[in-house]
Amino acid sequence: MTDARKLRSSGNWRTVYGGPLLIGVLSVVGLLSALLYEGPGRYFSWLALGAPIALTGWFYARRKRA
Amino acid sequence: MVHTWSSLISTLFLLLLCITGLPLIFHHEIDELLGYDPKPEIAQPGAAKRSIDEIARTALANDPGRVLQYILWDKDEPNNVIAFTNNKVDGDPDAATLRAYDAHTAKPLGPVGGGPMLVFLKLHVDMFAGQPGKLFLGAMGFLFLVAIISGVVLYWPFTRRLSFGTLRDKSRRIAWFDWHNLLGAVTIAWALVVGATGVINTLAEVMLNQWKATELADMVKPYAGKPPPVHLASLDATIERARQTAPGMNVSFIAFPGTPFTSSHHFAVFMRGDTPLTSRLLKPVLLDGETGAVSDARDLPVYLKALLVSQPLHFGDYGGMPLKIIWALLDIMTIVVIGSGLYLWVAKRRKHRSHAMAAGQPALQPSR
Repeated sequence: MTDARKLRSSGNWRTVYGGPLLIGVLSVVGLLSALLYEGPGRYFSWLALGAPIALTGWFYARRKRA
Repeated sequence: MVHTWSSLISTLFLLLLCITGLPLIFHHEIDELLGYDPKPEIAQPGAAKRSIDEIARTALANDPGRVLQYILWDKDEPNNVIAFTNNKVDGDPDAATLRAYDAHTAKPLGPVGGGPMLVFLKLHVDMFAGQPGKLFLGAMGFLFLVAIISGVVLYWPFTRRLSFGTLRDKSRRIAWFDWHNLLGAVTIAWALVVGATGVINTLAEVMLNQWKATELADMVKPYAGKPPPVHLASLDATIERARQTAPGMNVSFIAFPGTPFTSSHHFAVFMRGDTPLTSRLLKPVLLDGETGAVSDARDLPVYLKALLVSQPLHFGDYGGMPLKIIWALLDIMTIVVIGSGLYLWVAKRRKHRSHAMAAGQPALQPSR
């Protein structure tokens, strides 16, 4: 792992876990917001918990076809 | 290894939970459609509500030979009064009959629950196997959590050379592998929360019994050795005293003496607040079964509060219809993660076996 080239090609924790971590934190905030704040919390929860679904759709739309 | 085996053992049951859970997200709407969620008649503005004692008498007359266990007020339908009757105060919960009565006319409106949704619920909660079935599904839920966490660890070696959200269609196996990783990664927090709150819910009876053995036993100490009440106090007077003891709160349900939620001497009136959070945090007021006088009122212990707050996070019923639809979509995504995981295991075994056979070697176990 000391080889710089190998490091670059093997990725780091941020490129591997960064995306899922962000979606995860957003999901948890969304789960709690509807429970703690009626009205605005509810709207936010729809956006935050809808994000994993929207992101999946986006990845599907721009997938590489062989 | 951990990921493979924790998933494999629980796969069948997790699929059962996810599939039966899907219609249960919309059980309210489905019950309404099928006539298991009766609606009260529209009352004249300013019309007075009937007394709860009258509704209780009507409920007992409707189910002769039975006793009242609970009377419950739906948070979203305050004009429905729901009465639970059973053959004994501590009868089998499966033998309970739930009927709705109109708060303004005391007229019976019909049975509550039941029908196909009850079958889904029983399959989801205990597979018709009572408390052992419930605890077994709790163990399966625990394996689900282990599978998710071990999946996070495996995510590194398997995806570190791929950018997030890579979907390839080189082969069926690679395509499902990518879907497994993507859907697993984006649903992880939701799946952990729904899984963990589901496991907590399987321990509900254990927690309730713990509360009865400690806090409730302490509250009813002065009544030790006394016979159970013969003539029950007026329900309206009892409820009114409970309201005065917990100002600003509404009645969620009243448990009759001898039922699992109270002592054999007391009515327990469970009070709730009116926000999504405080409406779950019930506060019991204990009242003497014969006189209706307040005996004690204490907040529930932390473990029961945790149970009550974990319920909406499992059901997804606290953010309107859009949240229910999101809940359903995330559930379907989880079904795909579980199904593709099973497929990947089978495909890998097949590959190993054909390789091993070609080399004249015995089949190897996958190393994961």
